[in-house]
Amino acid sequence: MNTLQLEGTEDTPKIILNKADGIMEMSGRSLPEDATLFYKPVLDWIGLYASDPNPDPVFVFKLDYFNTASSKLILDVLYALEDIKGMRIHWYFHDEDEDMEEAGQEFSELVDIPFEFKLY
Amino acid sequence: MNIIFNLYQTMQSQKLILMYSGDVTQEITRSLLAMAERKLEVAGEDPAIRRKVFKVMVESLQNIVRHAEQTDGDREADALFALGRERDRYSVMSGNTIPKSRVEGLKKTLDAINALDRKGLRELYKQSIQNTPLSAKGGAGVGLVDMARKSNGKLSFQFPEVSSTRAFFCLEVTVSRVPND
Repeated sequence: MNTLQLEGTEDTPKIILNKADGIMEMSGRSLPEDATLFYKPVLDWIGLYASDPNPDPVFVFKLDYFNTASSKLILDVLYALEDIKGMRIHWYFHDEDEDMEEAGQEFSELVDIPFEFKLY
Repeated sequence: MNIIFNLYQTMQSQKLILMYSGDVTQEITRSLLAMAERKLEVAGEDPAIRRKVFKVMVESLQNIVRHAEQTDGDREADALFALGRERDRYSVMSGNTIPKSRVEGLKKTLDAINALDRKGLRELYKQSIQNTPLSAKGGAGVGLVDMARKSNGKLSFQFPEVSSTRAFFCLEVTVSRVPND
């Protein structure tokens, strides 16, 4: 299937969704003007991927920041990932960023996917 | 009357480091954030504090954008944003005109948020991101909850009257400069 790759900007995250290379990653900052619009292709891609996922799929979050509008869409992304067999989340946060760590913990309480917390 | 000097004196006495008046768009938001980030970085502010201030600023500015959109086509979207720095805290301040009809509802939301402790805010936040339907551009209320979580005190607000049909929604959120406060 097609790869979705978006460069990060001042207000949107870098997105790499590459089935062939087995990379699914979201990094940087998320404060788009229209979060629903921005995340639609991501949700569409995951929907398609879900019909034929790789074994042991991992979705990586390496976010510096996301606004509250994005948090809802990130939750939607997680809901979409929830149905995929063997899915795991790698949630990264910087050492002094308690908010990001806490955000990851909160998301992990809302979806049934194992989260691994990592420092970077 | 020396307007510039008066403004300078006001900014000094109110400890304002950034001030903007006018329409708030995504572009403007980006610029203001970049300016604030730079100022705090140059001042050698603690990275964790910088991050908190940044987060509160984003929600504050995007709150203005949201409220401006809900004014039913009456594009009186003039707003004010200011960032203050005192010895022990930052103040993120915003103001924008809203129809008086919205005051009651907003007050209720803000009072409800202020009545919660850390745990309560966390629960409300989780509920809000699951339940509130997302309008085209963003969710109402969740931003305010998030600001309350990042802040140390409560959300300070007022609704002084601007005209017979409009009020000025003033919001102030403080971020402590003491790490882990």
